[in-house]
Amino acid sequence: MSTSTLKPTSTSAAPADRSGNGAPHRDGYEPNMVLATQTFDVVGTRPVRHDGADKVTGRALYGADLALAGTLHGAILRSPHAHARIRSVDTSKAEQMDGVYAVVTADDLPEAEDKLVDVGEGDTRLSYVHGNVLAKGKVLYQGHAVAAVAARNQHVALEAADAIAVDYEPLPSYMTAPEAMAADAELLHSDLRMKEFGEQTDKPSNVAEHFHWTAGDVAEGFAGSDVVVERTFDTSTVHQGYIEPHNVTALWNHDGRLHIWCSTQGAFVVRDVTSKILEVPVSNIKVTPMEIGGGFGGKIPVYMEPVAALLSRKTGRPVKIVMSREDVFTGTGPTPGSHVRVKVGATTDGKIQALEATLAYEAGAYPGSFVAPGGMCVFAAYDCANLSVDCYDVVVNKPSSAAYRAPGATQAAFAAEQVIDEVASKLGLDPVDFRLRNAATEGTRRADGPKFRRIGCEEVLHAVRDHPHYAAPLTGPNQGRGVAVGFWFNVGLESSCTLNVNTDGTVHLVEGSTDIGGTRTSIAMQAAEVLGIAAEEILPEVVDTDSVGFTSVTGGSRTTFATGWAAHDAAQKIVAEMRARAAKLWSVEADQVQHAKGVYSSNGNSIVFCDLAAMSSKTGGPVSATATVKPRGVGGSFSANIVDVEVDPETGKVEILRFTAVQDVGKAVHPSYVEGQMQGGSVQGIGWALNEEYFMGADGTMKNSSLLDYRMPTTLDLPMIDTCIVEVANPGHPFGVRGVGEANIVPPPAAIANAIHRAVGARMQRLPMSPPAVWAEVAGS
Amino acid sequence: MQSIHVRTKINGQAAEFLCEPRQSLLEVLRDVLRLTGTKEGCNDGNCGACTVEMDGRIVPACLVLGAEAEGADILTIEGIAEGSALHELQNAFLEGAALQCGVCTPGFIVASKALLDSNPDPSEEEIRFWLANNLCRCTGYDKIVRSVQAAAERMQQEATP
Amino acid sequence: MHWIDYYRPSTLEACLEAFAEHGASARALAGGTDLLVQMRAGRLANNVVVDVKAVPELNEIRYEPGIGLTLGAAVPCYRIYGDPTVQREYPALIDSVSMIGGTQIQGRASVGGNLCNASPSADAVPPLIALGATCRVASVAGEREIPAEDFCTAPGTNALGEREVLVSLNLPAPSPDSGACYLRFIPRNEMDIAVAGAGVSVRLANGCFDSGRVALAAVAATPLLVPAAGAALSGQPVGRSAIAAAAAAAKAAARPISDMRGTAEYRSNLCEVLTRRALEKAVERAGGTLG
Repeated sequence: MSTSTLKPTSTSAAPADRSGNGAPHRDGYEPNMVLATQTFDVVGTRPVRHDGADKVTGRALYGADLALAGTLHGAILRSPHAHARIRSVDTSKAEQMDGVYAVVTADDLPEAEDKLVDVGEGDTRLSYVHGNVLAKGKVLYQGHAVAAVAARNQHVALEAADAIAVDYEPLPSYMTAPEAMAADAELLHSDLRMKEFGEQTDKPSNVAEHFHWTAGDVAEGFAGSDVVVERTFDTSTVHQGYIEPHNVTALWNHDGRLHIWCSTQGAFVVRDVTSKILEVPVSNIKVTPMEIGGGFGGKIPVYMEPVAALLSRKTGRPVKIVMSREDVFTGTGPTPGSHVRVKVGATTDGKIQALEATLAYEAGAYPGSFVAPGGMCVFAAYDCANLSVDCYDVVVNKPSSAAYRAPGATQAAFAAEQVIDEVASKLGLDPVDFRLRNAATEGTRRADGPKFRRIGCEEVLHAVRDHPHYAAPLTGPNQGRGVAVGFWFNVGLESSCTLNVNTDGTVHLVEGSTDIGGTRTSIAMQAAEVLGIAAEEILPEVVDTDSVGFTSVTGGSRTTFATGWAAHDAAQKIVAEMRARAAKLWSVEADQVQHAKGVYSSNGNSIVFCDLAAMSSKTGGPVSATATVKPRGVGGSFSANIVDVEVDPETGKVEILRFTAVQDVGKAVHPSYVEGQMQGGSVQGIGWALNEEYFMGADGTMKNSSLLDYRMPTTLDLPMIDTCIVEVANPGHPFGVRGVGEANIVPPPAAIANAIHRAVGARMQRLPMSPPAVWAEVAGS
Repeated sequence: MQSIHVRTKINGQAAEFLCEPRQSLLEVLRDVLRLTGTKEGCNDGNCGACTVEMDGRIVPACLVLGAEAEGADILTIEGIAEGSALHELQNAFLEGAALQCGVCTPGFIVASKALLDSNPDPSEEEIRFWLANNLCRCTGYDKIVRSVQAAAERMQQEATP
Repeated sequence: MHWIDYYRPSTLEACLEAFAEHGASARALAGGTDLLVQMRAGRLANNVVVDVKAVPELNEIRYEPGIGLTLGAAVPCYRIYGDPTVQREYPALIDSVSMIGGTQIQGRASVGGNLCNASPSADAVPPLIALGATCRVASVAGEREIPAEDFCTAPGTNALGEREVLVSLNLPAPSPDSGACYLRFIPRNEMDIAVAGAGVSVRLANGCFDSGRVALAAVAATPLLVPAAGAALSGQPVGRSAIAAAAAAAKAAARPISDMRGTAEYRSNLCEVLTRRALEKAVERAGGTLG
């Protein structure tokens, strides 16, 4: 496909009062452009989100806003040590304090069975989830939960938690993968045996798993290369940084039913994992997902829900626990730090001949670092017959790592996209041209085996090459422009959706996907498109686990794709039913009734959806339909950045002058929120690139566990983030949707590193590229 | 160990409450008065989610003691809309898709309103400087800044007949 | 947070009596941007909070031409940078109070609180030192004055006695041909703690530096006056070479540590860069040219 088939439709094509975008930019181009391939009536427009009024008036109820009558307040005692044996826990003083109702420790949990549990985006051992909820025998990181208290109010609960006496025997701690992999490193888990190439071995190790994928002959590929570049890169641990801290209210009722209200990306995951930890049937647990204040993958794991439940069972009252910001940093998330080696060889004709990578990621206290996805993504953008990728999942004494937007891919891209850039530079080729010469396309084999179906890698690179930003001159000294490409698979998983037609022609949409960024609306729009009615006439609601069919996590860029698909299928059932109702009215067969854009017609008769809905009682009763999906047609998403930076060589500070995010989203259902995902992911990537890090002391404790010293970007650190939506329809989805939430965070650190290199000549091999780090490189070079 | 009786004014109405001296204004608003639109993100003044206006100046409610509200005039997110009519900033945030998860939104709207009250036609730089105490992790700020600009423009149009 | 008692005296006398009664267990509350955070973190053991924002002497901004500025210790940043006289006469003070925290923090935080908190990285302190400010301190036993450069004695520790209160800061009226500036370096552009900072003031006469003062933030246990930097300027022609000498003196005087905000080596480098850039700005404000 050439770019000529992609027609730019500027945002001004949308109704002026809803475009949400500014006037034309600097050089007269649109700051937010959509390269569209297919258009629809509702899909692709920009309606106001259904939950908007609640969220701009403060009325929307988040988990911490809930206050059931008689609620007790909980607090969690966390380990001050990075690694220690727990000799004893004495809760007696806390239990005797005025206003304290209950104290729990790991002894209050049932023994963990040795079995696997689905934790949202894959399986892990139940004992790991168990051990992370409340430490037993050992603490594995500073912040590891040890005990919890329920008290009259939060102040008393905190004082009581402080009154719990824990006797620790500190042990050596390991903060990075190379440290923990050292031959003489003490084992974090005495029962951990390395899994290698998919087989369980009997080797005790801090390496939980070693993956290896290979294709062709890498040695031969490098031998035949004219240019070979090999470098090693390290990235720091970073946090998802959602503004709303984790929270939970649990009520273990006297009838044995447990009701949990919490901030989660997956209510059913909370239900199922809590069920396994507490050994309570899922039918006895109801989880109500409250509004969620950001997640980015970090609100998939279960942390406090079983603890609050235990406290509630002990006290017979609702128990609410809200994390402090320090708890969030030290007890949840983060995403792994990494150690990555990348080697690329190419010939003077601009063809890559061999690709090789070794990735070691910090899983944190328990296995599961997303290193494998990193390995699958590291060379995804390139078509090369000879490649070899090794991945090591390494446990270290940091919080158990969690997903963070395209988990594992950003660290890999930081390494690979810099080496690719360097090879291009050595070959004297434009970095976009070099990538295009080697771009993955339909049929390209990915490192881990699967062949790509229709993908938009080339189209994304064309959009970069043709973007006005790429041709714009830089304006001063110490400025540089960088590009980089990113990839994320996206996932399908499972979703359910019910549509109930009201007699006024509106439709209630019932779904179970936590709405983190406007998915109520992007799901409703797909139902509206099928029904031929306005997005506003669909009334979406996210409900509890008792009130909708099973729905997997909001994650993996799957919600608009999969739950939207369920809405599409349910709407098709409604259309079929409405045709039958119209047929009844006109005494014809249903297959003689046509439907187009909400109008049902047959032999000169016609009736609009709203009128037909009004007659539902006369034509056979309520109209309702449910659909469930487990889609297979998942389409991966490529993304790219163009970024201009200016480096102050005297201080090492990097200013982002201009930033353009390009992404193939398949189809942008609601372009404003698609742009928002691209902008938000880009800025998280910028934060990761420049300043964010877990700054660990020699004792293995985090020194910057506040939003003052963990420096996420502020408004003043950024320019506008321009977007270019590329729509290469996913043939596997009714509207061509791929998903947009994740691939956008992948390229920024690499693109910024490449820009810094062009600005001042320094090749940054470590994240963050903070002022001291850049200054040290510039001063040293 | 005595609670304090505080008389204050919240969103234009006289209000009174009892609080412990250690309770912050944020705790009082949320837990005592049940005005939960004001959010807690960090409890140390660095995220802006708890922004309220106190005697005409925006402050982090987590860094104010409830007792300090005595005699003060406080505006929270619940007081921004007038009756059933949303404030132009609220409209602009909705139309401009300036929120994703929405938890930082009340703080941004209260802070932006204070900006436009004192500076009806701010530059992009002035908006970014004023809002640097409000963290948003979802949007990358682009649509927030544009929505403040859009609201300012519309409010100025309304002000000039 | 542990239990506290809260008092809000409305006269200086009542305020001083409260401190006389509670001594070390009492802490003054102005903006609370450090105090409440530290109390929540369990870093302070006080059980009495004395809100000083109703005491007139701690909340005034008063400028008398030829004498100078009296700045109440509890006056929040936004009132300082909103004051036209302070804007005109003390731009270096404006530099610092408009960069402390962000807008909301500036609605609470005070210069007096910044000083009492005695953080080595306090942004308000170097310009106070550079401008020759003195601190008016009072207790039931009487009053005394402390030069700004002597007020902080160690990280988190100041020169106040248990029963003393910082009432106000007194800044001399700037002489003609003088200029001052405060610059700091932070990784973000707002909402950050200085990795290093430089507050400078200069007085020019006949194309030469008549005098100069340089004070640094975040490179020693306390905000640091660098007499050698001032000496490097005095009597020298206004120009880059004198400024470079002063900047080198500042770098030589710095005794930074390595921590999460930067390495010692990096901070020393910043002292030189920031001192140079601040002096260039101060010369400009004094109406001088660098030639």
